[in-house]
Amino acid sequence: MSAAGLALGRRWSRLSPLVWIGGGSCLFWVFVALAAPWIAPYDPVAQDLAATLQPPNALHLLGTDNFGRDILSRIIWGTRLDLQMGVLGVVFPFVIGTTIGAASGYFGGIVDMLLMRLLDVTISFPFFVLIIAIVATLGPGLGSFYIALALVGWVSYARLIRSRFIVLKHADFVTAARSLGYSHWRIAFRHILPNAVMPAIVFSVSDAVIDIVLGSSLSYLGLGIQPPTPEWGLMIAEGQTFIATAWWMTTFPGLAIVLLAVGFSLLADGIAENLGLRD
Amino acid sequence: MHRFNFVLYRPIQLVPVLIGISLVTFLLIHAIPGDPARLLLGAKATPEAIAAIHARFGLDKPVAVQYLYFLVNLLRGELGLSIIYKAPVLQVVVGRILPTLFLLLYAVALAVSLSVVLGSAAAANRGRPLDQAIRLFSTVGLGLPAFWLGIVLIMLLSIDLGWFPVSGYGEDFPDRLHHLFLPAFTVAFAMAPVLTRNLRASLIAESTADYVSAARAKGLPRHVIFFHHIFRNSMIPTINLLGVNVGWLIGGTVVVEAVFSVPGLGGLLVSSIFARDYLVVQAVTLILALGVVATNFIVDIATVALDPRIQP
Repeated sequence: MSAAGLALGRRWSRLSPLVWIGGGSCLFWVFVALAAPWIAPYDPVAQDLAATLQPPNALHLLGTDNFGRDILSRIIWGTRLDLQMGVLGVVFPFVIGTTIGAASGYFGGIVDMLLMRLLDVTISFPFFVLIIAIVATLGPGLGSFYIALALVGWVSYARLIRSRFIVLKHADFVTAARSLGYSHWRIAFRHILPNAVMPAIVFSVSDAVIDIVLGSSLSYLGLGIQPPTPEWGLMIAEGQTFIATAWWMTTFPGLAIVLLAVGFSLLADGIAENLGLRD
Repeated sequence: MHRFNFVLYRPIQLVPVLIGISLVTFLLIHAIPGDPARLLLGAKATPEAIAAIHARFGLDKPVAVQYLYFLVNLLRGELGLSIIYKAPVLQVVVGRILPTLFLLLYAVALAVSLSVVLGSAAAANRGRPLDQAIRLFSTVGLGLPAFWLGIVLIMLLSIDLGWFPVSGYGEDFPDRLHHLFLPAFTVAFAMAPVLTRNLRASLIAESTADYVSAARAKGLPRHVIFFHHIFRNSMIPTINLLGVNVGWLIGGTVVVEAVFSVPGLGGLLVSSIFARDYLVVQAVTLILALGVVATNFIVDIATVALDPRIQP
């Protein structure tokens, strides 16, 4: 366990309130996602043409859409996808970025030069534009979104890890490990990485916010989740036709995105504050 | 003025990046599953017609040779024909640059104004409720999807109150300011939290600098110290951050243009994807990447010009 991680554990009782609020909010959404079949009052895709475009009422707490589908049930089921986009979305960029950053920082020289030129090229593209272009090439869908994120999103992790590696590879414990004859692999991943990875982990929590917003934006544009699957961005797109008459169709799924994203943001802020990485 | 020599040699350093950008945009199209000739001619094409297209566009050659063809055509400004607009891709794309540029600059102006007000207020009231409220605003702002904010603004300000048009680009300059206010505000709102946080932090850091103590000691009024000394120095990192994040701003405009039907590059990108007009997708991606590279270059020059201490 890293020094930073131990410090976090020791100061368990002195955790920032942001960690509790943010973490609690994230756990709430995890619960909603897991319990969807039991807590959703209606089938999220069942149409009820006798009850279309109903405003919020006692039977449909958040109203119904143009097919008479219950908005609350669709939001509850949609949590599964939007939460997944946030959590799974950071995994591939994290792994790829950490590996590239570690290799770049540890070996330096020609390896570093080549990998950093690759990074320069990647960040020359507007992030979201490159994501859209890759998804367009591979075809709309969640799989394409994850592949696009993996190809584009690794840069921030690589930068964070690389800068820590450049400092840490001259540390005494690395010299000690080297004099014991340990392999490069063992020194880089077993000795340096645990001490270098904390800022990247903190970043991954705020990165989840970006992935949730990006994923729902893609679905809104028609390039992500396809109808009739309940997903928040898609629900907002479906509701846009009815904004003059049925405000609830767009308002509530949007609020869900904001609440989920804010939970992750507060958690990231709180962890960063506790580790002294910010303010 | 040897400090500015980098203006001459930086473009040479950019060559590998530009080659990389061309390679990525080439691969984007190359990676599309299926035969491009079939995409072009449709499912009923004869083998002879397909072979003719292959020969004409060099599709029967190795990938590396195809890339060289692409690069040579790129340098001559030939990006192919749009299958939807039946016109050269370059012509289609260039016609869409102005609305996007207008929207971007408008959004930057709004984002900077918003962050200056909020950042200053937060720094002046550090730790007090107002600071906490502004911090909460930044946190919420980061997780606010631009497309949703745009729709909510349309509902409240366009449909309910009738203050702004729902979509479109406008005829002349004042009309455009009016038409594009909501889209620009939506894009600005996504950028403001990051800028506000950064400006607040640098305002607080600058206000403890020695030159501020000196200014205070010689009895300068507080507003003079703030505006002439602290504020001017704090803006440099904020402007820099704005330059670094221009890619984010452009990404924001793509979605917002789709929401408000602004006839810009973002709207073109999205509609071309659905029309399978891949050469337009390629060209828009390429142009936007070049825009990012150019902006970063300009920001580099501006930073050196603003702060004599910075050595490029």
